[in-house]
Amino acid sequence: MSEAYTFAYLDDATKRMIRRALLKALAVPGYQVPFASREMPMPYGWGTGGVQVTAACLTPEDTLKVIDQGADDTTNAVSIRRFFERTAGVAVSEHTAEASVIQTRHRIPEKPLSEGQILVYQVPIPEPLRFLEPRESETRKMHALEEYGLMHVKLYEDIARHGAIATSYAYPVRVEGRYVMDPSPIPKFDNPKLSNNPAIQLFGAGREQRIYALPPYTQVVSLDFEDHPFEPTKAEAACDLCGATESYLDEVIVDDAGGRMFCCSDTDFCASRRDAGHIGRLAPEVVA
Amino acid sequence: MSGPLLEVVGLEKRYGARIGCTEVSFDLYPGEVLGIVGESGSGKSTLLGCLAGHLSADAGHILYKGRDTRAMAEPERRVLARTEWAFVHQNPRDGLRMGVSAGGNVGERLMAVGARHYGDIRATASDWLGRVEIDAGRIDDRPRAFSGGMQQRLQIARNLVTGPRLVMMDEPTGGLDVSVQARLLDLLRALVREMGLAVIIVTHDLAVARLLADRLMVMKDGRVIEAGLTDQVLDDPQAAYTQLLVSSVLQV
Repeated sequence: MSEAYTFAYLDDATKRMIRRALLKALAVPGYQVPFASREMPMPYGWGTGGVQVTAACLTPEDTLKVIDQGADDTTNAVSIRRFFERTAGVAVSEHTAEASVIQTRHRIPEKPLSEGQILVYQVPIPEPLRFLEPRESETRKMHALEEYGLMHVKLYEDIARHGAIATSYAYPVRVEGRYVMDPSPIPKFDNPKLSNNPAIQLFGAGREQRIYALPPYTQVVSLDFEDHPFEPTKAEAACDLCGATESYLDEVIVDDAGGRMFCCSDTDFCASRRDAGHIGRLAPEVVA
Repeated sequence: MSGPLLEVVGLEKRYGARIGCTEVSFDLYPGEVLGIVGESGSGKSTLLGCLAGHLSADAGHILYKGRDTRAMAEPERRVLARTEWAFVHQNPRDGLRMGVSAGGNVGERLMAVGARHYGDIRATASDWLGRVEIDAGRIDDRPRAFSGGMQQRLQIARNLVTGPRLVMMDEPTGGLDVSVQARLLDLLRALVREMGLAVIIVTHDLAVARLLADRLMVMKDGRVIEAGLTDQVLDDPQAAYTQLLVSSVLQV
Protein backbone atom coordinates (compact mmCIF):
# COMPACT_ATOMS: atom_id res chain seq x y z
CA MET A 1 0.00 0.00 0.00
CA SER A 2 1.27 3.41 -0.94
CA GLU A 3 1.48 5.77 2.06
CA ALA A 4 0.90 8.82 -0.14
CA TYR A 5 -2.82 8.08 -0.47
CA THR A 6 -5.72 8.34 1.94
CA PHE A 7 -7.16 4.88 2.55
CA ALA A 8 -8.95 3.86 -0.67
CA TYR A 9 -7.90 7.02 -2.54
CA LEU A 10 -10.89 9.27 -1.79
CA ASP A 11 -10.68 11.83 1.02
CA ASP A 12 -12.91 11.33 4.04
CA ALA A 13 -15.34 14.12 3.21
CA THR A 14 -15.98 12.64 -0.21
CA LYS A 15 -16.48 9.19 1.24
CA ARG A 16 -18.97 10.58 3.73
CA MET A 17 -20.85 12.30 0.91
CA ILE A 18 -21.00 9.05 -1.07
CA ARG A 19 -22.05 7.04 1.99
CA ARG A 20 -24.90 9.46 2.58
CA ALA A 21 -26.03 8.94 -1.00
CA LEU A 22 -25.71 5.17 -0.53
CA LEU A 23 -27.82 5.22 2.62
CA LYS A 24 -30.48 7.23 0.87
CA ALA A 25 -30.38 4.89 -2.11
CA LEU A 26 -30.79 1.87 0.19
CA ALA A 27 -33.69 3.56 1.93
CA VAL A 28 -35.51 4.14 -1.39
CA PRO A 29 -34.70 1.04 -3.44
CA GLY A 30 -34.34 1.74 -7.15
CA TYR A 31 -34.43 5.53 -6.78
CA GLN A 32 -31.55 7.36 -8.46
CA VAL A 33 -29.80 9.52 -5.87
CA PRO A 34 -27.66 12.33 -7.28
CA PHE A 35 -24.16 12.59 -5.81
CA ALA A 36 -21.15 14.81 -6.42
CA SER A 37 -19.14 12.38 -8.51
CA ARG A 38 -15.38 13.07 -8.40
CA GLU A 39 -12.79 12.88 -11.12
CA MET A 40 -11.05 9.55 -10.77
CA PRO A 41 -7.66 8.57 -12.16
CA MET A 42 -9.30 6.60 -14.95
CA PRO A 43 -11.51 7.61 -17.88
CA TYR A 44 -15.28 7.73 -17.75
CA GLY A 45 -16.66 4.45 -18.97
CA TRP A 46 -14.02 2.49 -17.05
CA GLY A 47 -16.07 2.26 -13.91
CA THR A 48 -15.55 5.60 -12.19
CA GLY A 49 -18.95 5.30 -10.51
CA GLY A 50 -18.32 1.77 -9.28
CA VAL A 51 -14.85 2.68 -8.05
CA GLN A 52 -16.18 5.57 -5.98
CA VAL A 53 -18.87 3.38 -4.42
CA THR A 54 -16.31 0.66 -3.70
CA ALA A 55 -13.93 3.21 -2.17
CA ALA A 56 -16.69 4.47 0.09
CA CYS A 57 -17.59 0.92 1.22
CA LEU A 58 -14.12 -0.55 1.75
CA THR A 59 -12.69 -1.13 5.22
CA PRO A 60 -9.14 -2.41 5.82
CA GLU A 61 -10.55 -5.84 6.77
CA ASP A 62 -12.39 -6.29 3.46
CA THR A 63 -11.50 -8.74 0.71
CA LEU A 64 -12.06 -7.30 -2.73
CA LYS A 65 -12.94 -9.11 -5.96
CA VAL A 66 -13.23 -7.25 -9.26
CA ILE A 67 -14.78 -8.75 -12.38
CA ASP A 68 -15.21 -7.43 -15.88
CA GLN A 69 -17.92 -9.30 -17.87
CA GLY A 70 -17.49 -12.11 -15.35
CA ALA A 71 -13.72 -12.40 -15.81
CA ASP A 72 -11.12 -11.67 -13.13
CA ASP A 73 -8.26 -11.34 -15.59
CA THR A 74 -9.37 -8.69 -18.10
CA THR A 75 -7.92 -5.19 -18.30
CA ASN A 76 -10.66 -3.36 -16.45
CA ALA A 77 -10.75 -5.88 -13.62
CA VAL A 78 -6.97 -6.07 -13.26
CA SER A 79 -6.46 -2.30 -13.22
CA ILE A 80 -9.21 -1.60 -10.69
CA ARG A 81 -8.03 -4.44 -8.47
CA ARG A 82 -4.48 -3.11 -8.56
CA PHE A 83 -5.76 0.41 -7.91
CA PHE A 84 -7.28 -0.69 -4.61
CA GLU A 85 -4.31 -2.88 -3.72
CA ARG A 86 -2.11 0.22 -4.00
CA THR A 87 -4.40 2.81 -2.45
CA ALA A 88 -6.16 0.73 0.22
CA GLY A 89 -3.92 -2.27 0.74
CA VAL A 90 -6.94 -4.54 1.12
CA ALA A 91 -6.78 -8.27 0.48
CA VAL A 92 -7.93 -9.31 -2.95
CA SER A 93 -9.36 -12.58 -4.15
CA GLU A 94 -10.70 -14.12 -7.28
CA HIS A 95 -13.07 -16.37 -5.37
CA THR A 96 -16.63 -15.13 -5.10
CA ALA A 97 -17.24 -16.76 -1.73
CA GLU A 98 -14.12 -15.20 -0.12
CA ALA A 99 -14.85 -11.63 -1.20
CA SER A 100 -16.75 -9.22 1.02
CA VAL A 101 -16.91 -6.51 -1.65
CA ILE A 102 -17.27 -7.41 -5.33
CA GLN A 103 -17.06 -4.73 -7.97
CA THR A 104 -18.56 -5.93 -11.22
CA ARG A 105 -18.85 -4.73 -14.75
CA HIS A 106 -21.99 -6.14 -16.35
CA ARG A 107 -22.29 -9.57 -14.68
CA ILE A 108 -23.56 -11.11 -11.46
CA PRO A 109 -21.34 -13.98 -10.31
CA GLU A 110 -22.77 -17.47 -10.92
CA LYS A 111 -22.13 -18.57 -7.35
CA PRO A 112 -25.03 -17.34 -5.20
CA LEU A 113 -24.05 -14.41 -2.97
CA SER A 114 -24.55 -14.48 0.76
CA GLU A 115 -25.52 -12.05 3.49
CA GLY A 116 -22.77 -9.60 4.32
CA GLN A 117 -21.43 -9.37 0.78
CA ILE A 118 -21.65 -6.15 -1.22
CA LEU A 119 -21.97 -6.23 -5.00
CA VAL A 120 -21.01 -2.94 -6.68
CA TYR A 121 -22.13 -2.39 -10.28
CA GLN A 122 -20.55 -0.03 -12.78
CA VAL A 123 -23.35 1.82 -14.56
CA PRO A 124 -22.92 3.75 -17.82
CA ILE A 125 -26.47 5.16 -18.11
CA PRO A 126 -28.62 4.92 -14.98
CA GLU A 127 -31.81 6.25 -16.55
CA PRO A 128 -33.89 3.41 -18.05
CA LEU A 129 -36.14 5.90 -19.84
CA ARG A 130 -33.28 7.85 -21.42
CA PHE A 131 -33.61 6.62 -24.98
CA LEU A 132 -37.37 6.97 -24.91
CA GLU A 133 -37.55 10.41 -23.34
CA PRO A 134 -34.43 12.54 -23.68
CA ARG A 135 -35.49 15.28 -21.22
CA GLU A 136 -34.13 14.63 -17.73
CA SER A 137 -36.75 16.99 -16.25
CA GLU A 138 -39.44 14.84 -17.82
CA THR A 139 -38.00 11.45 -16.83
CA ARG A 140 -37.70 12.57 -13.21
CA LYS A 141 -41.34 13.56 -13.29
CA MET A 142 -42.23 10.20 -14.81
CA HIS A 143 -40.41 8.39 -12.01
CA ALA A 144 -42.05 10.58 -9.40
CA LEU A 145 -45.53 9.96 -10.80
CA GLU A 146 -44.92 6.29 -11.67
CA GLU A 147 -45.71 6.91 -15.34
CA TYR A 148 -43.97 3.89 -16.76
CA GLY A 149 -46.19 3.15 -19.77
CA LEU A 150 -43.39 4.32 -22.05
CA MET A 151 -41.12 1.49 -20.90
CA HIS A 152 -43.63 -0.96 -22.29
CA VAL A 153 -43.71 0.96 -25.58
CA LYS A 154 -40.07 -0.02 -25.97
CA LEU A 155 -40.89 -3.67 -25.32
CA TYR A 156 -43.88 -3.42 -27.68
CA GLU A 157 -41.57 -2.13 -30.41
CA ASP A 158 -39.24 -5.04 -29.79
CA ILE A 159 -42.00 -7.59 -30.28
CA ALA A 160 -43.47 -5.74 -33.28
CA ARG A 161 -40.10 -5.71 -35.01
CA HIS A 162 -38.47 -8.96 -33.89
CA GLY A 163 -41.38 -11.15 -32.85
CA ALA A 164 -40.06 -11.39 -29.30
CA ILE A 165 -38.60 -9.09 -26.68
CA ALA A 166 -35.17 -8.64 -28.23
CA THR A 167 -33.70 -6.57 -25.41
CA SER A 168 -31.04 -8.91 -24.08
CA TYR A 169 -29.08 -6.74 -21.67
CA ALA A 170 -29.87 -3.72 -19.47
CA TYR A 171 -33.34 -5.23 -19.29
CA PRO A 172 -35.62 -2.88 -17.32
CA VAL A 173 -36.88 -4.04 -13.95
CA ARG A 174 -39.38 -2.77 -11.43
CA VAL A 175 -38.20 -2.63 -7.83
CA GLU A 176 -40.68 -3.48 -5.05
CA GLY A 177 -43.54 -2.46 -7.34
CA ARG A 178 -42.34 1.13 -7.41
CA TYR A 179 -39.31 2.42 -9.31
CA VAL A 180 -38.36 1.20 -12.76
CA MET A 181 -34.60 0.69 -12.74
CA ASP A 182 -31.85 -0.03 -15.26
CA PRO A 183 -29.92 -2.97 -13.80
CA SER A 184 -26.79 -1.76 -15.69
CA PRO A 185 -25.94 -3.71 -18.85
CA ILE A 186 -25.99 -7.15 -17.26
CA PRO A 187 -27.37 -9.87 -19.57
CA LYS A 188 -31.04 -10.55 -18.88
CA PHE A 189 -29.89 -14.04 -17.88
CA ASP A 190 -28.75 -12.40 -14.64
CA ASN A 191 -31.98 -10.49 -14.00
CA PRO A 192 -33.59 -13.19 -11.80
CA LYS A 193 -30.51 -13.05 -9.51
CA LEU A 194 -31.26 -9.39 -8.74
CA SER A 195 -34.40 -10.36 -6.91
CA ASN A 196 -34.42 -11.57 -3.33
CA ASN A 197 -30.61 -11.52 -3.25
CA PRO A 198 -29.12 -11.75 0.27
CA ALA A 199 -26.24 -9.41 -0.69
CA ILE A 200 -26.38 -5.62 -0.82
CA GLN A 201 -26.38 -4.43 -4.43
CA LEU A 202 -25.07 -0.91 -5.11
CA PHE A 203 -25.06 0.83 -8.49
CA GLY A 204 -22.71 3.72 -9.25
CA ALA A 205 -22.78 5.90 -12.37
CA GLY A 206 -19.79 8.26 -12.30
CA ARG A 207 -20.33 10.35 -15.39
CA GLU A 208 -24.08 10.64 -14.78
CA GLN A 209 -23.52 11.27 -11.05
CA ARG A 210 -26.15 8.87 -9.80
CA ILE A 211 -26.19 6.14 -7.17
CA TYR A 212 -28.98 3.63 -6.67
CA ALA A 213 -29.26 0.45 -4.67
CA LEU A 214 -31.09 -2.74 -3.85
CA PRO A 215 -31.06 -3.70 -0.17
CA PRO A 216 -30.89 -7.44 0.63
CA TYR A 217 -33.98 -9.49 -0.20
CA THR A 218 -35.55 -6.81 -2.42
CA GLN A 219 -38.23 -7.92 -4.86
CA VAL A 220 -37.16 -7.12 -8.42
CA VAL A 221 -39.44 -7.94 -11.35
CA SER A 222 -38.41 -7.83 -14.99
CA LEU A 223 -40.99 -5.98 -17.10
CA ASP A 224 -42.90 -7.99 -19.69
CA PHE A 225 -46.27 -8.53 -21.36
CA GLU A 226 -48.83 -11.09 -20.20
CA ASP A 227 -48.60 -12.92 -23.51
CA HIS A 228 -44.85 -12.38 -23.92
CA PRO A 229 -43.40 -13.21 -20.51
CA PHE A 230 -39.84 -12.40 -19.50
CA GLU A 231 -37.34 -15.14 -20.36
CA PRO A 232 -33.72 -15.19 -19.26
CA THR A 233 -31.66 -16.34 -22.23
CA LYS A 234 -28.21 -17.84 -22.75
CA ALA A 235 -26.40 -19.62 -25.55
CA GLU A 236 -27.81 -23.11 -26.16
CA ALA A 237 -24.60 -24.90 -25.31
CA ALA A 238 -22.43 -26.20 -22.50
CA CYS A 239 -19.13 -24.67 -21.41
CA ASP A 240 -16.35 -26.24 -23.49
CA LEU A 241 -13.90 -26.01 -20.58
CA CYS A 242 -15.90 -27.15 -17.58
CA GLY A 243 -19.02 -28.64 -19.13
CA ALA A 244 -21.42 -26.40 -17.16
CA THR A 245 -24.86 -26.08 -18.75
CA GLU A 246 -26.40 -23.65 -16.28
CA SER A 247 -23.90 -20.77 -16.50
CA TYR A 248 -23.85 -17.75 -18.82
CA LEU A 249 -21.53 -18.41 -21.76
CA ASP A 250 -19.17 -16.33 -23.89
CA GLU A 251 -18.73 -17.33 -27.50
CA VAL A 252 -15.07 -17.24 -28.55
CA ILE A 253 -13.81 -17.49 -32.12
CA VAL A 254 -10.73 -19.71 -32.05
CA ASP A 255 -9.43 -19.76 -35.64
CA ASP A 256 -9.93 -18.15 -39.06
CA ALA A 257 -12.05 -21.04 -40.32
CA GLY A 258 -15.15 -20.19 -38.30
CA GLY A 259 -14.20 -22.44 -35.40
CA ARG A 260 -15.76 -21.35 -32.12
CA MET A 261 -16.13 -22.45 -28.57
CA PHE A 262 -18.30 -21.51 -25.61
CA CYS A 263 -16.92 -20.94 -22.17
CA CYS A 264 -18.29 -19.63 -18.88
CA SER A 265 -18.13 -15.85 -18.69
CA ASP A 266 -17.57 -16.22 -14.94
CA THR A 267 -13.92 -17.34 -14.81
CA ASP A 268 -13.94 -18.12 -11.09
CA PHE A 269 -16.99 -20.34 -11.49
CA CYS A 270 -15.37 -22.15 -14.44
CA ALA A 271 -12.02 -22.64 -12.70
CA SER A 272 -13.57 -23.97 -9.50
CA ARG A 273 -15.62 -26.47 -11.51
CA ARG A 274 -12.52 -27.63 -13.35
CA ASP A 275 -10.68 -27.96 -10.03
CA ALA A 276 -13.53 -30.17 -8.89
CA GLY A 277 -12.92 -32.43 -11.86
CA HIS A 278 -15.58 -31.32 -14.33
CA ILE A 279 -14.36 -31.47 -17.91
CA GLY A 280 -15.75 -29.88 -21.07
CA ARG A 281 -15.49 -30.72 -24.76
CA LEU A 282 -12.31 -28.70 -25.38
CA ALA A 283 -10.68 -28.88 -21.95
CA PRO A 284 -6.85 -29.17 -22.10
CA GLU A 285 -7.04 -32.69 -20.58
CA VAL A 286 -9.31 -33.82 -23.43
CA VAL A 287 -7.55 -32.07 -26.31
CA ALA A 288 -4.02 -33.06 -25.24
CA MET B 1 -74.73 13.96 -16.55
CA SER B 2 -76.75 17.11 -17.10
CA GLY B 3 -74.33 19.88 -16.13
CA PRO B 4 -71.54 21.17 -18.32
CA LEU B 5 -68.44 19.03 -18.79
CA LEU B 6 -66.18 22.04 -18.71
CA GLU B 7 -66.82 25.45 -17.18
CA VAL B 8 -64.35 28.22 -17.74
CA VAL B 9 -64.68 31.36 -15.66
CA GLY B 10 -62.65 34.55 -16.15
CA LEU B 11 -59.55 32.80 -17.43
CA GLU B 12 -56.49 35.00 -17.88
CA LYS B 13 -52.95 34.35 -19.04
CA ARG B 14 -50.34 37.11 -19.30
CA TYR B 15 -46.89 37.03 -20.79
CA GLY B 16 -45.32 39.70 -18.62
CA ALA B 17 -47.18 42.90 -19.41
CA ARG B 18 -48.70 41.52 -22.59
CA ILE B 19 -52.05 39.77 -22.56
CA GLY B 20 -52.19 36.21 -23.77
CA CYS B 21 -55.89 35.89 -23.18
CA THR B 22 -58.16 37.48 -20.62
CA GLU B 23 -61.71 37.35 -19.26
CA VAL B 24 -62.53 34.16 -21.13
CA SER B 25 -65.63 32.39 -19.86
CA PHE B 26 -67.67 29.63 -21.44
CA ASP B 27 -69.40 26.32 -20.74
CA LEU B 28 -68.96 23.16 -22.75
CA TYR B 29 -71.53 20.37 -22.58
CA PRO B 30 -70.87 16.69 -23.37
CA GLY B 31 -71.12 16.00 -27.08
CA GLU B 32 -70.75 19.66 -27.99
CA VAL B 33 -68.19 21.05 -30.42
CA LEU B 34 -66.90 24.51 -29.65
CA GLY B 35 -64.92 26.36 -32.31
CA ILE B 36 -62.50 29.12 -31.40
CA VAL B 37 -61.63 31.35 -34.33
CA GLY B 38 -59.53 34.46 -34.68
CA GLU B 39 -56.45 35.70 -36.43
CA SER B 40 -52.90 34.77 -35.54
CA GLY B 41 -51.88 36.18 -32.17
CA SER B 42 -55.45 36.53 -30.93
CA GLY B 43 -54.81 34.18 -28.00
CA LYS B 44 -56.51 31.04 -29.35
CA SER B 45 -53.60 28.71 -28.78
CA THR B 46 -52.76 30.33 -25.45
CA LEU B 47 -56.31 29.68 -24.30
CA LEU B 48 -56.16 26.07 -25.44
CA GLY B 49 -52.76 25.60 -23.80
CA CYS B 50 -54.18 26.88 -20.51
CA LEU B 51 -57.19 24.58 -20.72
CA ALA B 52 -55.00 21.56 -21.40
CA GLY B 53 -52.63 22.45 -18.57
CA HIS B 54 -49.64 22.97 -20.88
CA LEU B 55 -49.51 26.59 -19.73
CA SER B 56 -50.38 27.77 -16.26
CA ALA B 57 -53.10 30.40 -16.26
CA ASP B 58 -52.72 33.49 -14.09
CA ALA B 59 -56.34 33.90 -12.99
CA GLY B 60 -59.76 32.33 -13.33
CA HIS B 61 -61.16 28.85 -12.94
CA ILE B 62 -61.30 25.81 -15.18
CA LEU B 63 -63.87 23.40 -13.81
CA TYR B 64 -63.85 19.91 -15.32
CA LYS B 65 -66.87 17.96 -14.09
CA GLY B 66 -67.13 20.55 -11.36
CA ARG B 67 -63.52 20.24 -10.19
CA ASP B 68 -61.01 23.03 -10.66
CA THR B 69 -58.11 21.66 -12.68
CA ARG B 70 -55.95 24.62 -11.75
CA ALA B 71 -56.19 23.60 -8.10
CA MET B 72 -55.53 19.93 -8.85
CA ALA B 73 -52.22 18.33 -8.00
CA GLU B 74 -50.08 17.58 -11.02
CA PRO B 75 -50.35 13.76 -10.80
CA GLU B 76 -54.12 13.98 -10.91
CA ARG B 77 -54.05 16.40 -13.83
CA ARG B 78 -51.69 14.15 -15.77
CA VAL B 79 -53.93 11.16 -15.16
CA LEU B 80 -56.85 13.20 -16.54
CA ALA B 81 -54.72 14.25 -19.50
CA ARG B 82 -54.04 10.68 -20.51
CA THR B 83 -57.45 9.19 -19.80
CA GLU B 84 -60.30 11.67 -20.14
CA TRP B 85 -58.63 14.33 -22.27
CA ALA B 86 -56.91 14.31 -25.59
CA PHE B 87 -54.85 16.97 -27.31
CA VAL B 88 -54.31 17.03 -31.05
CA HIS B 89 -51.39 19.22 -32.05
CA GLN B 90 -51.25 21.26 -35.23
CA ASN B 91 -47.99 19.60 -36.18
CA PRO B 92 -48.26 15.82 -35.86
CA ARG B 93 -44.56 15.74 -35.06
CA ASP B 94 -45.36 17.40 -31.72
CA GLY B 95 -47.98 14.81 -30.86
CA LEU B 96 -46.38 11.63 -32.16
CA ARG B 97 -43.27 9.70 -31.22
CA MET B 98 -41.47 9.74 -34.53
CA GLY B 99 -39.09 6.94 -33.62
CA VAL B 100 -41.84 4.53 -32.63
CA SER B 101 -44.04 2.50 -35.00
CA ALA B 102 -47.65 3.48 -35.72
CA GLY B 103 -48.87 0.61 -33.54
CA GLY B 104 -46.63 1.69 -30.68
CA ASN B 105 -47.88 5.25 -31.00
CA VAL B 106 -51.50 4.18 -30.73
CA GLY B 107 -50.69 1.67 -27.98
CA GLU B 108 -48.78 4.13 -25.79
CA ARG B 109 -51.86 5.57 -24.11
CA LEU B 110 -53.20 2.07 -23.55
CA MET B 111 -49.97 0.97 -21.92
CA ALA B 112 -49.91 4.20 -19.91
CA VAL B 113 -53.23 3.22 -18.32
CA GLY B 114 -52.03 -0.28 -17.56
CA ALA B 115 -52.64 -2.50 -20.63
CA ARG B 116 -50.07 -5.30 -20.44
CA HIS B 117 -51.29 -7.78 -23.05
CA TYR B 118 -49.40 -7.42 -26.34
CA GLY B 119 -52.01 -9.17 -28.46
CA ASP B 120 -54.85 -7.01 -27.13
CA ILE B 121 -52.88 -3.80 -27.53
CA ARG B 122 -52.01 -4.70 -31.08
CA ALA B 123 -55.59 -5.64 -31.95
CA THR B 124 -56.87 -2.35 -30.57
CA ALA B 125 -54.18 -0.39 -32.41
CA SER B 126 -54.99 -2.20 -35.63
CA ASP B 127 -58.70 -1.49 -35.16
CA TRP B 128 -58.02 2.18 -34.60
CA LEU B 129 -55.78 2.47 -37.62
CA GLY B 130 -58.71 1.12 -39.62
CA ARG B 131 -61.06 3.67 -38.09
CA VAL B 132 -58.82 6.52 -39.18
CA GLU B 133 -58.44 4.96 -42.62
CA ILE B 134 -54.82 3.86 -42.34
CA ASP B 135 -54.10 0.46 -43.87
CA ALA B 136 -53.57 -2.05 -41.03
CA GLY B 137 -50.59 -3.42 -42.98
CA ARG B 138 -48.68 -0.27 -42.05
CA ILE B 139 -48.95 -0.85 -38.30
CA ASP B 140 -45.20 -1.42 -37.97
CA ASP B 141 -44.12 1.57 -40.09
CA ARG B 142 -42.70 4.62 -38.40
CA PRO B 143 -44.67 7.86 -38.69
CA ARG B 144 -41.76 9.26 -40.73
CA ALA B 145 -42.84 7.00 -43.57
CA PHE B 146 -46.37 8.50 -43.52
CA SER B 147 -47.72 11.47 -45.44
CA GLY B 148 -48.76 14.61 -43.54
CA GLY B 149 -52.43 13.67 -43.69
CA MET B 150 -51.76 10.15 -42.46
CA GLN B 151 -49.60 11.45 -39.63
CA GLN B 152 -52.43 13.71 -38.55
CA ARG B 153 -54.91 10.81 -38.66
CA LEU B 154 -52.48 8.67 -36.71
CA GLN B 155 -52.25 11.38 -34.09
CA ILE B 156 -56.02 11.41 -33.81
CA ALA B 157 -56.14 7.63 -33.43
CA ARG B 158 -53.45 7.78 -30.75
CA ASN B 159 -55.48 10.33 -28.83
CA LEU B 160 -58.88 8.72 -29.10
CA VAL B 161 -57.83 5.14 -28.34
CA THR B 162 -58.56 5.43 -24.61
CA GLY B 163 -62.02 6.87 -25.27
CA PRO B 164 -61.55 10.40 -23.91
CA ARG B 165 -64.47 12.69 -23.04
CA LEU B 166 -62.89 15.98 -24.03
CA VAL B 167 -60.72 16.54 -27.08
CA MET B 168 -58.75 19.72 -27.70
CA MET B 169 -57.49 20.35 -31.19
CA ASP B 170 -55.12 23.06 -32.27
CA GLU B 171 -55.52 23.68 -36.01
CA PRO B 172 -55.88 19.97 -36.82
CA THR B 173 -56.11 20.69 -40.56
CA GLY B 174 -53.28 23.22 -40.76
CA GLY B 175 -50.72 22.49 -43.45
CA LEU B 176 -52.80 19.89 -45.27
CA ASP B 177 -54.06 20.25 -48.81
CA VAL B 178 -57.79 20.78 -49.30
CA SER B 179 -58.81 17.28 -50.37
CA VAL B 180 -56.92 15.73 -47.46
CA GLN B 181 -58.47 18.36 -45.19
CA ALA B 182 -61.93 17.41 -46.39
CA ARG B 183 -61.39 13.72 -45.65
CA LEU B 184 -59.93 14.49 -42.25
CA LEU B 185 -62.89 16.70 -41.41
CA ASP B 186 -65.31 14.00 -42.51
CA LEU B 187 -63.51 11.54 -40.30
CA LEU B 188 -63.47 13.90 -37.33
CA ARG B 189 -67.14 14.66 -37.71
CA ALA B 190 -68.00 10.98 -37.80
CA LEU B 191 -65.84 10.18 -34.74
CA VAL B 192 -67.24 13.10 -32.78
CA ARG B 193 -70.83 11.99 -33.42
CA GLU B 194 -70.09 8.33 -32.84
CA MET B 195 -68.19 8.75 -29.57
CA GLY B 196 -70.18 11.72 -28.30
CA LEU B 197 -67.01 13.72 -27.73
CA ALA B 198 -66.90 17.22 -26.39
CA VAL B 199 -64.46 19.08 -28.59
CA ILE B 200 -62.71 22.41 -28.45
CA ILE B 201 -61.26 23.15 -31.84
CA VAL B 202 -59.00 26.11 -32.50
CA THR B 203 -58.82 27.17 -36.10
CA HIS B 204 -58.40 30.17 -38.31
CA ASP B 205 -60.23 28.39 -41.10
CA LEU B 206 -63.89 29.42 -40.98
CA ALA B 207 -64.88 26.55 -43.27
CA VAL B 208 -63.56 24.06 -40.71
CA ALA B 209 -65.48 25.88 -38.01
CA ARG B 210 -68.66 25.87 -40.08
CA LEU B 211 -68.39 22.17 -40.75
CA LEU B 212 -67.52 20.91 -37.29
CA ALA B 213 -68.50 23.42 -34.63
CA ASP B 214 -71.89 23.74 -32.95
CA ARG B 215 -70.91 26.96 -31.27
CA LEU B 216 -68.28 29.53 -32.08
CA MET B 217 -66.16 31.95 -30.08
CA VAL B 218 -64.40 34.75 -31.93
CA MET B 219 -61.23 36.05 -30.28
CA LYS B 220 -59.24 39.20 -30.87
CA ASP B 221 -56.37 40.59 -28.82
CA GLY B 222 -56.85 37.93 -26.15
CA ARG B 223 -60.54 38.65 -25.60
CA VAL B 224 -63.68 36.90 -26.71
CA ILE B 225 -65.49 39.50 -28.79
CA GLU B 226 -68.37 37.40 -30.00
CA ALA B 227 -69.87 34.01 -29.17
CA GLY B 228 -72.92 32.12 -30.31
CA LEU B 229 -74.22 29.36 -32.54
CA THR B 230 -71.91 28.80 -35.49
CA ASP B 231 -74.43 29.67 -38.19
CA GLN B 232 -75.57 32.70 -36.26
CA VAL B 233 -72.06 34.05 -35.84
CA LEU B 234 -70.98 33.37 -39.40
CA ASP B 235 -74.19 34.45 -41.13
CA ASP B 236 -75.04 37.42 -38.98
CA PRO B 237 -71.81 38.69 -37.43
CA GLN B 238 -72.34 41.49 -34.95
CA ALA B 239 -68.84 42.63 -33.99
CA ALA B 240 -66.94 44.67 -36.52
CA TYR B 241 -63.99 42.33 -36.41
CA THR B 242 -66.16 39.25 -37.00
CA GLN B 243 -67.72 40.99 -40.00
CA LEU B 244 -64.25 41.63 -41.35
CA LEU B 245 -63.21 38.05 -40.69
CA VAL B 246 -66.27 36.59 -42.41
CA SER B 247 -65.98 38.89 -45.41
CA SER B 248 -62.27 38.07 -45.76
CA VAL B 249 -63.04 34.53 -46.83
CA LEU B 250 -62.72 34.10 -50.55
CA GLN B 251 -65.98 32.73 -51.95
CA VAL B 252 -65.19 30.22 -54.65
